[in-house]
Amino acid sequence: EVEETLKRIQSHKGVIGTMVVNAEGIPIRTTLDNSTTVQYAGLLHQLTMKAKSTVRDIDPQNDLTFLRIRSKKHEIMVAPDKEYLLIVIQNPCE
Amino acid sequence: YLEKQKQNKKEREKRKLYHISYCHPEIYPLVLTTKTQEIFNCRIDEDVTEEQCYKLIKKEDILEDFRNRAAVSDFYLVKKLVRVGNIALSLWPLLEKENGHARASTQEEQEEAKEAVSEDMYTYKPPVSKPWVSLGSEKEIEEESVKQSTKQVTYMISRKRSKFGAPILFSDRNASSVRDSYIECTSYPDKNFTLTQLEQDVGTQVIPEIKGVSTQTKWAFPKNASTQYYPREFSEKEKGKLAQSKELADFLNSVSTSVEIALQQNEIMNTFVDDWKGLAEEEGTFGDKSDTHLKEYQSFTDLHSPMEKMITCIAWHPTIYGLIIVSVAVRLSYEERVHFSGKLLLQPSLILFWSFADPIHPQLMLESPDDIFCFAFCPSDPNIIAGGCINGQIVLWDITAHADRIENIKAGGGRSKKATLKPMFLLEPESNKEAMYIRHCAVSSIESGHKKVITDIHWLSDTFEINRMGSVFENRNGICCQLVTCSADCTICFWDIRPQKTAITQPTEKKKEETIEIPFDVPPTFLHLDLSWKPLSKIRLSKGETSLDHCPTKLSLNEEHVIFKTQDKMLGQDKAVKSTETNPYHDLEAGMSNILKPIDDFCTKFFVGTEEGEVIYTDWKMERDPETGRFVSKKPVNLYTVHDGAIHTVQRSPFYKDIVLTIGGWNVAIWKEDVMTGPLLQTCCAPKRYTSGHWSLTRPGVFYIGREDGYIDIWDLLEKTHEPAQSQNICITMITYIKPWTYSPKQQFIAIADYYGTLHILEIPWTLSHPSLNELSSVHYYFEREVKHLEYVQQRRIIRDQEKKEMERELERKKAKVYIKTKEQMEAELRMEYENYLELEKSVLYSLGLGKVSEKTSYMDVL
Repeated sequence: EVEETLKRIQSHKGVIGTMVVNAEGIPIRTTLDNSTTVQYAGLLHQLTMKAKSTVRDIDPQNDLTFLRIRSKKHEIMVAPDKEYLLIVIQNPCE
Repeated sequence: YLEKQKQNKKEREKRKLYHISYCHPEIYPLVLTTKTQEIFNCRIDEDVTEEQCYKLIKKEDILEDFRNRAAVSDFYLVKKLVRVGNIALSLWPLLEKENGHARASTQEEQEEAKEAVSEDMYTYKPPVSKPWVSLGSEKEIEEESVKQSTKQVTYMISRKRSKFGAPILFSDRNASSVRDSYIECTSYPDKNFTLTQLEQDVGTQVIPEIKGVSTQTKWAFPKNASTQYYPREFSEKEKGKLAQSKELADFLNSVSTSVEIALQQNEIMNTFVDDWKGLAEEEGTFGDKSDTHLKEYQSFTDLHSPMEKMITCIAWHPTIYGLIIVSVAVRLSYEERVHFSGKLLLQPSLILFWSFADPIHPQLMLESPDDIFCFAFCPSDPNIIAGGCINGQIVLWDITAHADRIENIKAGGGRSKKATLKPMFLLEPESNKEAMYIRHCAVSSIESGHKKVITDIHWLSDTFEINRMGSVFENRNGICCQLVTCSADCTICFWDIRPQKTAITQPTEKKKEETIEIPFDVPPTFLHLDLSWKPLSKIRLSKGETSLDHCPTKLSLNEEHVIFKTQDKMLGQDKAVKSTETNPYHDLEAGMSNILKPIDDFCTKFFVGTEEGEVIYTDWKMERDPETGRFVSKKPVNLYTVHDGAIHTVQRSPFYKDIVLTIGGWNVAIWKEDVMTGPLLQTCCAPKRYTSGHWSLTRPGVFYIGREDGYIDIWDLLEKTHEPAQSQNICITMITYIKPWTYSPKQQFIAIADYYGTLHILEIPWTLSHPSLNELSSVHYYFEREVKHLEYVQQRRIIRDQEKKEMERELERKKAKVYIKTKEQMEAELRMEYENYLELEKSVLYSLGLGKVSEKTSYMDVL
């Protein structure tokens, strides 16, 4: 079932890679190669923590639900949770 | 006194000696040792006495003495003199030594010497004026003399007499107002005079008590508690365990919806697209945007050839900047060629290498047995050139030995600085700048090759190979080793430059051939081919049963080795070849033994343009004829007669592999390979005949056409398709060949050759060399539309045919239904018509208000 979900996400148009990272930034499941995964996991984990704390600082009742980073080449989507992080990289253009 | 006398005498003798030797340089003083005296019989006081002090010594004796005693011989010093002739010795014994002092002189001088000596210096000779011989005294005089080093300058200053002694008036003047009117000595600090202060005044004051105390605290400074070298990762087992955990499943379930929404949003539309940007044209133009004309850059003419020549083919050197190669042929018709054949034989037919740096002298000249009408560089090695001759032979050159000559071409290299001051036309070409004539490496066999002029030659791509049947195999060599040519004798031949397997008939052939002396400077690369080169396979373009065959003028194959875009790749390949140190072309036999894998589903069809103006799409693969069982070339797949004159350009677009441009006669046609119905675009007839053409290398919708009146038409398919976008005059005569070439995005040249043998190089402006945004896709879309249009036309034609058939059927039916009208019926019909007419008349009169009210009912109606 976990596989199915991940496979479904991966099969969307333009998706370059998907990975699941735990709360400490250690990758659990990934479709990219090891070095890239580790890099993405480490950097995005920190960024997500920062974003979360930002949102919380502004309004303590608020919480971060989704983080999307749009760059020139692709879009990185991070869905945070209490223990895990789902990172998807997609190329939106043709 | 006696001794003194003797001394005096000796001195006198010595002086005399010097005097005489001074006057007579042929006379040499010599010292003869005792040994010498014995040998030559001139011992003192025995053979020679004071009275008889002359002795003639023969030359042969002296030479013998040389041989015996070499340098020890006394006569060695006068070796020169000995050669002249016999030597006369005038001997004077030196009294204190045993040695004889001799003087050697030639026989001729002997008389004079005798005279001088024997006279005992008493006849007074008046001093004879002799030319003054400088001994260096005038130099001393010069040094000591005093001369004025500089010329004295005299000034004459005059002043009016009245001014002398006039009363003087003093006035004030501000010194600072006039420049340079005063010089001041400003003061500056001089270190020698600075004083160091050794005493100092200090003041004291009473203040409250201060106490300084210090304690020890724990200072926390950042220190590496630990360093991590590897990222933290889970082991496989842990990963598996976590993957199975319920939390992960829950997490993914909750999160996946939002992620999928986000993904889909991106798929639907790109929200960050800047529409305005997409509409704008590229801003970064180089140069004037309105400048659309080709600018003249340089032109080359061969001034040395005696006969009038025209240029038949141009090629740019694939790797070296600024090197253009043209093939020239004499400008004569067939009858004139036959007439002047004797004269033509004496002149070499040439391919010239021109460089931008030197517009007068070609850098290299390649010789060929006859005029070349087309040639091509080998794509995998730019030092190998293949050319097609007017007599049907293929000629191969290998210029590897001269490659460095053309790589480093400097303007005016080798001329001294002084020479450049003279005007250009006075300079004669120096010997090291003389263009080299390079003989060809190999020519094809005359009997088995083409019989008439070769009109087109191409190298096959290095990705595949063909065998005798036309089947395609993969090419393991990595180099281009096969050629295809077409000629006016209605055949297309495939050639292989590798040595063919020796057939049994070889020895007899060898006997027949004369051994031709190959000049030493010709590289042996293709020696195995010389004069025995046979084509691999021949295809005859026959028109079926009739004996007249198609006469091909140009070919265009699929999978052409695209030279235009892959310049960098070429350089890389070239370097790779050099680094291995064995040029694969010098070792062609190596690749022969490989068993090659056939390539399936390879398109073996190609386009041919003929002299009658037909475009033929045919196949080179041979098929087995079912009747005879032999391999026979296939019939053409398609034939189109589109052009009114001979086709001179059949070219694939550098951007689209299946779009072909054909130019011939008075119009242009563009074809797509799979579309069999007709050309995508066929232009209307132009006022002047088109004589050459080429696609643009950088803009997909642009091509250049040269006309017979020296104009070049530039067509832009996106601008207009019914006429050229631009027309520009280049020269006064027919344009024979066009070849554009790109060196950098900013510099693109086009080489245009005309009928009079001049090669013009023009620079293509920015607007013509730079594609607009999406030009590739626009032109592609245009072609798609044309294809659809053609299909539509086809369908309409079908529908029209159907309609036509329908109409014909209707007519048939109608014809069947028509019956002969009887006379009564005709009369009844006429009466009916007349009554109708009366009614009509009444109603018209009513409407005009002129009609009589004939019946009440009608009047009522009117009311």
